[in-house]
Amino acid sequence: MMAATTAPAAPRRRVVPLLRRHSLTLYALVAFAYLFIPVFLVILFGFNQVSGRFNYAWEGFTVDAWRSVFLGADFGGVPGLFDSLLVSLRLALLSALGATVLGTLIALALVRYRFRGRSTTNLLLFLPMATPEVVMGSSILALFLAIRFSLGFNTLLIAHILFNISFVVVTVKARLQGFDRHLEEAAMDLYANEWDTFRRVTLPMIMPGVFAAFLLAFALSFDDFIISNFNSGQTITFPLYIFGAAQRGIPPEVNVLGTLIFLVTVAFMLINVWMQRRRR
Amino acid sequence: MSAVAREAPPTARRAKWRRKLVPYGLLLPGGVWLIVFYVVPMLRLVSVSLQSGIFPRYRFAWAWSNYAELVTNYGGQAVNSLVYAFLATTIALLIAYPLAYFIAFRGGRWKNFLLVMLLMPFLMPFLLRTLSWKIILADNGLVVDVLRAVHLLGEDGRLLATGVAVVAGIVYNFLAFMTLPIYVSLEKIDRSLVEAANDLYASPTVAFRKVTFPLSRPGVVAGTLLTFIPAVGDYVNAVLLGTPQQFMIGNVIQSRFLVVLDYPVAAALSFTLMIVTVLLIIPYVRAAGTEDLVA
Repeated sequence: MMAATTAPAAPRRRVVPLLRRHSLTLYALVAFAYLFIPVFLVILFGFNQVSGRFNYAWEGFTVDAWRSVFLGADFGGVPGLFDSLLVSLRLALLSALGATVLGTLIALALVRYRFRGRSTTNLLLFLPMATPEVVMGSSILALFLAIRFSLGFNTLLIAHILFNISFVVVTVKARLQGFDRHLEEAAMDLYANEWDTFRRVTLPMIMPGVFAAFLLAFALSFDDFIISNFNSGQTITFPLYIFGAAQRGIPPEVNVLGTLIFLVTVAFMLINVWMQRRRR
Repeated sequence: MSAVAREAPPTARRAKWRRKLVPYGLLLPGGVWLIVFYVVPMLRLVSVSLQSGIFPRYRFAWAWSNYAELVTNYGGQAVNSLVYAFLATTIALLIAYPLAYFIAFRGGRWKNFLLVMLLMPFLMPFLLRTLSWKIILADNGLVVDVLRAVHLLGEDGRLLATGVAVVAGIVYNFLAFMTLPIYVSLEKIDRSLVEAANDLYASPTVAFRKVTFPLSRPGVVAGTLLTFIPAVGDYVNAVLLGTPQQFMIGNVIQSRFLVVLDYPVAAALSFTLMIVTVLLIIPYVRAAGTEDLVA
């Protein structure tokens, strides 16, 4: 009787424990699929044969949009798209540079020195990261309105440097804490002054961290929409262009650019990971 | 200490003074930037929030009534913000925890690769990522078809332009903020503690409930905050995936500030959001201490 009940259950007995043992792996596969499906769709719809204004339904395969981005003048003449991309690149580059310099100096102060006002500094760095973007964007706008500062590229740059500083500090600090202080002391013992020690010992060692911070700041600035929305005036960045275009229909060229941005940033991220691994 | 300083030769004393001043020199440029463009604007926001008048003539008048508008005129949007942010944070936690657990405990030598894979989707521009959900949740899309077939959705029921779509967008957009802190805290757990629980005949479930989960709580708290704060202030998902009926408090702040030019009310709503945020993070800051805030 026992044999009779176990016989039909046998295949089930093999499948169920197997599923149970690998259920977490299975779940992770589903979760990663969930994370990547929207990305895949952005890329796919860059190949869509759009007939109307909107690019939300699949209508057929074409490489027209890719052709116009690479071969057409100013991305196939989609008005304003090329300019917005240039604005975003310039903004991301300058704000990342500014924030990297300011943030690295703060990180050095925090890791290398004991001083009064340390916890205030930490709080002042933490608050911008915790502030909702809409609050930060609107408060800076309130300041610019009060002093009648005209909105445009400069106000965007000021705001982007601001929200990037804290992220740079966090990234560089993590790197600084990891390395051996004796190397700096050895340099000082060998009569190197503080500046030479910084230039020849400290800076080369924290460079990967500084580089990672710069990349992070660049990416955050390039992709920022909410804070830019408040402080842009007539200047249009790439995210602002997409937001404006979303109401009247996004040309597939935007998806092509999104795909390219994605591929370039992924390449940078992999280079960064590879650099950090090689150092270890 | 002062006696030692007095006895030291003048050059050494000068060097000591320099060493004391160096950190402030390093802090100065960035600190000025943070004070001028973060602290001052925040104070300005408070002062604007108490102004009254008609555009463009607003004057400071202790106009507390601006704050009352949150309840009287924008109660619906405030409720939307809280409900959507709460739902999105809960769902994100449910999705993120097992994923972070998988990477931390089962990742093995694939751990770094999996972390890169986790972050990769967030390198696609934010707005394009969000707009993808318009395709996924479209009225004639696969998801709606399936839900209609199993009668979870009525014959002409839809997902797009509803709260469901807005919450789905928020969950997706901020998922990394939930997953990473949980991963970090799980990664730190000493495996021998879990093994000890197993040796003492705790079932896997009990070991998880009594050892792993409590030790990962800091990550859960941090992830919840990092997700809830941007979610409650968001307005992009509501614009792109919802309708004015799904608008959140961020939408009101945006339109009052940039379209209607009603600065006082916009500032009052914005500052209220800041107060809510500060109230949420105070216990966190207390528990973590200021030193670990920026680590």
